[in-house]
Amino acid sequence: MAAPLLLKGGRVVDPSRDLDEAADVLIQDGRIAAVGPGLGAPDGATVRDVRGTVVAPGLVDVHVHLREPGNEDEETIATGARAAVAGGFTAVCAMPNTDPVTDNQAAVGFIVRQSLRAGFARVYPIGAISVGQRGQQLAEFGEMVGAGAVAVSDDGQPVASSHLMRTALEYARTFDIPVADHCEEPSLSAGGVMHEGLVATKLGLKGIPAAAEEIMVARDILLGELTGGRLHLCHLSTRGSVELMRRAKERGLRVTAEVTPHHLSLTEAACERYDTHAKMNPPLREAADVAALRQALQEGVIDCVASDHAPHAYDEKEAAFDDAPFGIVGLETAFGVAYTELVQGGALTLPQLILRMSTVPARVFGLPGGTLQPGAPADVVALDVTAGWCVDAARFHSKSRNTPFAGRSLTGRAALTLVAGEIVHDAPAAAQA
Amino acid sequence: MTAALGKDLIGLERLSPDQIRLILDTAEPFKEVSERVIKKVPALRGKTIVNLFFESSTRTRISFEFAEKRLSADTVNVAATGSAVQKGETLVDTAKNLEAMRIDMVVIRHASSGAAQFLGDRIRSNVVNAGDGKHEHPTQALLDLLTIRDKLGRIEGVKVCLVGDILHSRVARSNIWGLTKLGAQVAVCGPHSLMPRGIADLGVTVLRRVEEAIEWADVLNVLRLQLERMEAGFIPSLREYYRVFGVTVERLAKAPRALTVMHPGPMNRGVEIDSRVADGPHSVILDQVTNGVAVRMAVLYLLAGGRPELADAAKGPAAGGTD
Repeated sequence: MAAPLLLKGGRVVDPSRDLDEAADVLIQDGRIAAVGPGLGAPDGATVRDVRGTVVAPGLVDVHVHLREPGNEDEETIATGARAAVAGGFTAVCAMPNTDPVTDNQAAVGFIVRQSLRAGFARVYPIGAISVGQRGQQLAEFGEMVGAGAVAVSDDGQPVASSHLMRTALEYARTFDIPVADHCEEPSLSAGGVMHEGLVATKLGLKGIPAAAEEIMVARDILLGELTGGRLHLCHLSTRGSVELMRRAKERGLRVTAEVTPHHLSLTEAACERYDTHAKMNPPLREAADVAALRQALQEGVIDCVASDHAPHAYDEKEAAFDDAPFGIVGLETAFGVAYTELVQGGALTLPQLILRMSTVPARVFGLPGGTLQPGAPADVVALDVTAGWCVDAARFHSKSRNTPFAGRSLTGRAALTLVAGEIVHDAPAAAQA
Repeated sequence: MTAALGKDLIGLERLSPDQIRLILDTAEPFKEVSERVIKKVPALRGKTIVNLFFESSTRTRISFEFAEKRLSADTVNVAATGSAVQKGETLVDTAKNLEAMRIDMVVIRHASSGAAQFLGDRIRSNVVNAGDGKHEHPTQALLDLLTIRDKLGRIEGVKVCLVGDILHSRVARSNIWGLTKLGAQVAVCGPHSLMPRGIADLGVTVLRRVEEAIEWADVLNVLRLQLERMEAGFIPSLREYYRVFGVTVERLAKAPRALTVMHPGPMNRGVEIDSRVADGPHSVILDQVTNGVAVRMAVLYLLAGGRPELADAAKGPAAGGTD
C-alpha cells in the first residue's frame, strides 16, 4: 500500500456530515483515516498542500455513456474514466446502450474488467432493462447484479410498454436496485430533433414537446406507486416534470431524479444557426424550465446532477441538424458549468452543489463514496473554485469533443482527484507535463 | 462578395426590409430580358454556378437554370439521384469538393432544414437557398412579394393570408418574414394539427376557418397539401381537407373585396384549390412563375457583386449566345 497522504490546509466540505471547515484530511490504506484541523503527518506520510482548494468527497455521476464495447472510436472505458477524474468524478455509472447492449452478466463483467484494467475512476455498469433494449423481454437482472451491475436502464430508448416498466420495477425489488428511466413517449417525440417551441418553428425543425417527457414521468410515478420499486428518472428537462416530481415527493413516494448541467444552463436558443452541439435528447428547453430545474435541485425535488456524457465522433456532428446524433460530452465540464451557473449564479451554495454531485447520487445508486467519513474509501477531490478557465475541447481527455461549452469561461475545476487514496488526476502536474 | 446582401441568401429572416426591397427593385429591369427574342445578357459571363438539388424539384430548378443562363453564367446541375450523395457522401464532403472546383455559386435544395446554412458556413462560394427542409424558401417568397407588388401596387398594409399546411412549409416561413418586414398584415389559416407552435409570436394572426380568411384578406397564398400529411395522421383525408379548407369558387364568391389568389406550386387541384380558381380571374399563379426567373436573376446578380444601380445597364445590348 502507498504511503499515507495528508491533504493539508484545504476547506473541507463533506455534505454527508454537514461539515464545512478549514481542516486536513489524512488518507491511509486507501481510506479516509481522519479529518480535522491541524492533523499531524504520520511517519513516512506525503504531505500535499491543498490550501486555496475545497476538499470534498469525489463527485459521482450516475449517468454516462462510455461507448465500449462497440464505438471505441468515440470513447473507451479507459478514456471515459480518465475524463471522469479530470472532471473531479471518482465514480461513474455506465449506461448499457453499447454495441452489443449490456444486457447479460458476461457483458456486465466485461465492463467491470475493463474498468479495473483502466484505473482512474470507478466504473459501475448499469444493465439493460430489456434484452437488446428492445422493450420486450426483461433482461436477467439477478445475474447482472451478481456480475456488478448497480442499476438497470434502457436509457437511449424509452420504455414504451407500461407493462414492461411495471414488471421491471417489481422484479428489481428483489435485488434492491434502481430502475432508471429515460422518459420519452415515443409516438409524440418521433422525428423530433429539438424542443417544440418558437425556435423550432423558426428553424423549421421538428419539435419534441414537453408533454412527451411529462407523460412518461407521470406514468412512471404511478407505476412506482403501484409497485413500490426504486424508480429513478433520468435527465429531467421540463418544468412540468418538476411539478410531477414535487407532488410525488410530497406524497412520500420512493422516486429520485437527476438533471444535467446543460439543462440547468442552456435553452433552446443554443440551437439557433443549427448548432448540432446543442442537439441532445431530451432537448434544451425554455428559460422557465431552466429556472424550475434550478429551484428543484436546490430544494431536493430533483436529487442530483448527472452529466449524461454522450461522446460522438466529430464528423457525426458535422452534419445537417436532422442528421446529427443526439448528445454531448459532459464529464470534463460538469463541475465548472454547475459551479459557474448555479453557485456563482446564486441558485445553490457550494456545499449544496457537492451534496447534489457526490453525496446524494452515491446514496441514490447505493454506491460507496460521497462521504469523507473516516473509514470510507478515500475517493476525494480537491476543487479549485477560484481560478477561471476556458473550455478547450482539444484538451479533453475524452476521445470526443462534442460540447456546446467550447470557448466558454468557467470557474471551478478539479485540481486533484484521488480514488482509493491514489492520485489519479493532478492538474498542476498535468500542466507541467 | 457584396455588401448588398452578404455572401449567401439563406432566408428572409436575416434580411433587412431595405435588402428585400433592393432585390425586388433589381428584379424589375431583369423582367424585360425574358421578353426579348434573344433572352440573354452578359451580367454573369464567366461565373460558374452549381445547382445542387438533393430533393426533387422541377419548377424551382428550371427557374434557377433559366435565370443563370439568361445572365450568361456557366451552370452545372447535380441531382441527388445517381450522384455521390446516394453513395453515402456527406454534405460536408460534397461542399469541400465543390469548393475545390473553384465554383462561384451554389444553389442548394435539400430536405434538411439548415442545410443551406451548413453549406454557406463551410465554403467561400456564394450559397443560394432554393429550399431547405421546413426552414425557408427565400426566392419563392421574393417572387410572391414581387407578384403582390405588381398586382396591388404596394405591399405595405396589404392583408395576406397563407392557407394550408403551415407546419411543414418553408414557403410559409419565408413569406411571413418577407411580408411582415415590408409592412403587410399577415394571417395564417389551416388545420391546427398543421400549425407550428408559437406561430403567432412571429407577428401573424391565426385564422380558424378558410371562410374567415376569405373575408379578411386581399391576397390568399394557398399552400400545397402533401399527401404524406394524411398518411402521417395530421388530417383525416384529402376529401375532407378540400371540404373544410379548399379554396373554391363558391367560397370566393362571398369575398367582400377583390381577392388575389396565389399558389407556389405544384398544385393539387381539387385538394387545396379548386381548378376553377386556379385557372380563373383571381389567379396570378402563372405571373408568379414568370416573376420567379426575374427575382432569381436579381438575387444571383446581387450576390455576384453586381451593383444594383447598374442592373439595367448590366443587361447590355441583346447579346448573341456565344458561350
